[in-house]
Amino acid sequence: MNGNTREPLPIRLATYIVQAAFLIGLLILWFLATNVWGVSSIVLPSPINVWYQLVDVIRSGEYIADLRVTLSEFAGAFIIAMILGIAVGYLISRSSYLSKVFEPLFAAVYAIPIILFLPLYVLILGLGPASKIALGATISFFPIVLSTIAGFGNIDRTLISAARSMGADDVQMLWHVLVPAALPVVLAGLRMGFTVALLSVIGSETLAALAGLGHRIVNLAENMEMARMFAYIVFVVAIVAFLNAVLSTLEAYGRWR
Amino acid sequence: MAVTRTNSGGIAGALQAYASLRRRLLIHPGVARLGVVALLLLIWEISARFFLDRDFISPPSVVVLSLGSLFRTPGVPAALWLTLYEIAVGFMLSAAIGAGIGLLVGLSRFAHRSFMPIILLLYGLPQVTILPIFVLLFGIGAASKIAFGVSHGMFPIMLAVAAGVQKIDPVLLTSARSMGASPSQVLRYAIFPHMVPSFFAGLRLGMTGVLLGVLLAELYVSTAGIGYFTSIFTQNLEPAKLIGLVSMLALIAIVLNEIVRRAELHYRRWRA
Repeated sequence: MNGNTREPLPIRLATYIVQAAFLIGLLILWFLATNVWGVSSIVLPSPINVWYQLVDVIRSGEYIADLRVTLSEFAGAFIIAMILGIAVGYLISRSSYLSKVFEPLFAAVYAIPIILFLPLYVLILGLGPASKIALGATISFFPIVLSTIAGFGNIDRTLISAARSMGADDVQMLWHVLVPAALPVVLAGLRMGFTVALLSVIGSETLAALAGLGHRIVNLAENMEMARMFAYIVFVVAIVAFLNAVLSTLEAYGRWR
Repeated sequence: MAVTRTNSGGIAGALQAYASLRRRLLIHPGVARLGVVALLLLIWEISARFFLDRDFISPPSVVVLSLGSLFRTPGVPAALWLTLYEIAVGFMLSAAIGAGIGLLVGLSRFAHRSFMPIILLLYGLPQVTILPIFVLLFGIGAASKIAFGVSHGMFPIMLAVAAGVQKIDPVLLTSARSMGASPSQVLRYAIFPHMVPSFFAGLRLGMTGVLLGVLLAELYVSTAGIGYFTSIFTQNLEPAKLIGLVSMLALIAIVLNEIVRRAELHYRRWRA
């Protein structure tokens, strides 16, 4: 996939044209459906209205309060999951017996849609940010802990014995052998945890919240302000894409180091 | 293997019993795993019984005892059956749509290059933001939940099928064609058998997606189905029933995941 077969220019151009045509076609279809064929604006608002609303949302700064809530919940959730996931995963990975005991357990829980437990979290922690942070941390803990166990657990034995025979102490072993060897797998888990934490925070705001971007979208839907709701959806998608891009840059930088 | 001598008696016997227990635990991590689960339940039981507010959390024993009254609550069994039905329909639709589009995109190199980025883009969207649209379009009934489940479940199946089809050795296809196989015969005898393992790998991820989508939509709609009961139990401070209901759904999720995981393992062995 990654550029191993460089197609001749006409074929590459053709694929770009098909992609662009597909997206532009969707936009035109959307425009025609709403402005010409008269699909009700309650079902689907016109793209032009959505654009005006989006400009208005950004210009008025109305989004700032909700964005701050969502991002701080997300940051709290991810940081908790990262610290706990890496610490617990590292401790478990030190013993192959503990890995055998805990890994299937974590993997089983990871396969359950943990968002199910949101009503419980809300009952115990309330509708505010605490329940979102706790739920996001729970959901994002599992990919991080699983990848940490896998990363530190599957290190080549010869690396370790070579370092030992050359007289590395425990700290040197950790920093110069274990961490560099485990890092790629742990980073993949952190990336997964990052995405999952972000989605679960927005998701739990959609289900039960007092503030935040997810809550704003639901509010607009309930008031039938469809154009503004679409504008907020575009806004949230852009924020998520931006955060993912930042993460990719950091990851590339980390790998390069 | 582990011979236990019961009639040794005294401290030596106790030590021996301990050693044999230890050996048995070391041989069977599964036993220790059950022990961990039991320990967690015990901690939950003790803390909920003696230290925490009974209005907000119930000990597991109370949850189990209240399962009977949960199932006698009018509407709860029906809501659970409806959810199971939505998951089943959503899963089958995801499998059909995912396999169909996956085949189309995987079989043509040009389609793959053109549409794969679009599929990946759609798959990467935070779909939960458009949940309200699904409910507005499809109503609060089963349709919106099935549709949201399909929108989560079809992409992993699509990607797995497309990747599986692309991995098929081109020699196989060429030789089948050169021996005079018609396109439908190539599809039936050369492509299908070889995409089975990746199809089932996709099904497993698809099931996770369908469960997430259906349950998200169920929880979002608070005027009917599961979401109605979770909000009622929350407002009435009935944690035992709430935990019971959520646990039943988690159990459904675990069983369904396990079924597709077994199927995946079976078919991976079948054609490794």
